[in-house]
Amino acid sequence: MTKKDPIVSVKHLKQYFNVGKPDEVKAVDDISFDIYPGETLGLVGESGSGKSTTGRDIIRLYDPTDGEIDFEGKNISKLKRKQMKDFRSQMQMIFQDPYASLNPRMKVEDIIAEGLDINHLVKNADERDKRVHELLHLVNLNEEHASRYPYEFSGGQRQRIGIARALAVKPKFIIADEPISALDVSVQAQVVNLMQDIQEKEGLTYLFIAHDLSMVKYISDRIAVMYNGKIVEMADTDELYNHPLHKYTQSLLSAVPVPDPHSEKQHKIIKFDHSKPFKDDQYLQEVTPGHWLYCSDEEAKQYK
Amino acid sequence: MAQKVLDVKDLSIDFDTLNGTVKAIRDVSFHLDKGETLALVGESGSGKSITVRTIMRLLADNETITNGTIDFEGKDILKESKKEMDKIRGGKIAMISQDPMTSLDPTMNIGNQVAEPLRVHEGMSKHKALEQAAEVLEEVGIPNARERMRDYPHQFSGGQRQRIVIAMAIIDNPDVLIADEPTTALDVTVQAQIIKLLKDLKDKIGTSIIFITHDLGVVANIADRVAVMYAGKIVEYGTVDDIFYNPQHPYTWGLLDSMPTLSMNSDRLNTIPGTPPNLINPPKGDAFYARNKYALKIDHEKQPPFFKVSDTHYAATWLLDKRAPKVTPPESIQKRQAEFKKRGEADHD
Repeated sequence: MTKKDPIVSVKHLKQYFNVGKPDEVKAVDDISFDIYPGETLGLVGESGSGKSTTGRDIIRLYDPTDGEIDFEGKNISKLKRKQMKDFRSQMQMIFQDPYASLNPRMKVEDIIAEGLDINHLVKNADERDKRVHELLHLVNLNEEHASRYPYEFSGGQRQRIGIARALAVKPKFIIADEPISALDVSVQAQVVNLMQDIQEKEGLTYLFIAHDLSMVKYISDRIAVMYNGKIVEMADTDELYNHPLHKYTQSLLSAVPVPDPHSEKQHKIIKFDHSKPFKDDQYLQEVTPGHWLYCSDEEAKQYK
Repeated sequence: MAQKVLDVKDLSIDFDTLNGTVKAIRDVSFHLDKGETLALVGESGSGKSITVRTIMRLLADNETITNGTIDFEGKDILKESKKEMDKIRGGKIAMISQDPMTSLDPTMNIGNQVAEPLRVHEGMSKHKALEQAAEVLEEVGIPNARERMRDYPHQFSGGQRQRIVIAMAIIDNPDVLIADEPTTALDVTVQAQIIKLLKDLKDKIGTSIIFITHDLGVVANIADRVAVMYAGKIVEYGTVDDIFYNPQHPYTWGLLDSMPTLSMNSDRLNTIPGTPPNLINPPKGDAFYARNKYALKIDHEKQPPFFKVSDTHYAATWLLDKRAPKVTPPESIQKRQAEFKKRGEADHD
């Protein structure tokens, strides 16, 4: 595969909160990565690792403290409010909680069409209806659902409505922030399969944020592991699962319980020492082609 | 034979909604042996949580028990007076719920909160109860427990809060501990710690545990026995090996088959098609009929009884009837069953 130009390029992104105060938090601390057109990049880590903050920085729900975010080669990290409107229709977000992210007082058709209305993407009511029905079909719902309210749907169905809303403005890039965490296992699988189908049909690029390592494996082409505001490892999915190099990645993978009582009984969990996670001479570098590790030059040599 | 601590028989529960009466629990029976961990698994709405809330007698006003008994220490819990129930609840039977933020009182420091069961159930002096609370908080792994007794829930992380809830639940040495999705809201590494903690505590104080979860990985780790629930009924139960290596009910097959594993290398996840039935008008036959590709005609007409697979293992599916045609389970299930057979033969040698 020849490397295409990245659709999103994050360069030295920093997001600090409460800057200059005693409770300053470095939620995202100097991370850089690229996302290529058509791929799914999985961003995993535990709560507080900075994965959601990264997603929100990219779609500019936060103003980054420092660094640059390029979308299709154009720096968007300093855009003003008005200029943002344009690019937000190219980048959309799917949220974690399908209960909190849909307005309970709006009908499904109005929820889905809100982006169409704001961006004047449809000329009249007929066209609006037609597009809404198209979108409902795309997420395996039907037009009968258009005139109902969110409370009439199950969690999995609501998440489909959230997906339809994100797709309405024909985005190129979607940030999905833990879209399946609130769902039952069997429903999670349905939503993951649906997202894959839509990606193929519409040629979308995903940033898939998750803490569930077994599910994220299925949808991601590449995975980046975050810890304490930094990316500690990034590689192709199979490479990362088969040859995790960073101690933290190893510990995270070892903590996933497997549905097999006999191997669970011998299950060893690798401990990670949280007291001194990083050294000054460490940074994220490519140790083997496509496999990035947060380490020092000295440490990198053993992998080369 | 193991001693039964809890025996649920023929339990049925209805609840009223604006759309009609939902038959949420339909004729559920199971028991809990002393010192064992029983996992209740199933999708949202299958009736797991309402079953354990009934054991705690924490039903809402619109929920009615229409039939059944729950034996605990030779008495029927469902007939106990409110006063008697107050003694049992939080004392002999304690519960850990899913969300540690909502099960702690935000306006009460954690020392007093953890000590409360001792004050209420044992009438212990404040000083003594707080001393024990500090010990238990240390035991569940709260760092600097003694110094942090006066801190409030918001000052702790999610994993620590769940530890505090566990401390509160075990402080009065309950006979039965009910854990309703205690790790679902937690990170995997924290989940692993909490599960280990629960197992250690079980060994130490000999508590019996009912563990509710929809994560079969967690079940494989913690359970001695498993009961699978679907649409308000138990459809299969057995030892953890019976359920994971020799499952018989197509719903159990579906659940196991849709679990992603780290070692699997297919691109597509298996799913159980469709959604659970509406329990306002439960289907006449097997509730799983509409989603079951192995369904027989009789599944549509008549509810399957429990068929015995082994002394420990029962499943309610017509596929186990002598007259039923042989079906081939999904490939992943066949692999599990082959493993089971191999192990069984090895045991006999």
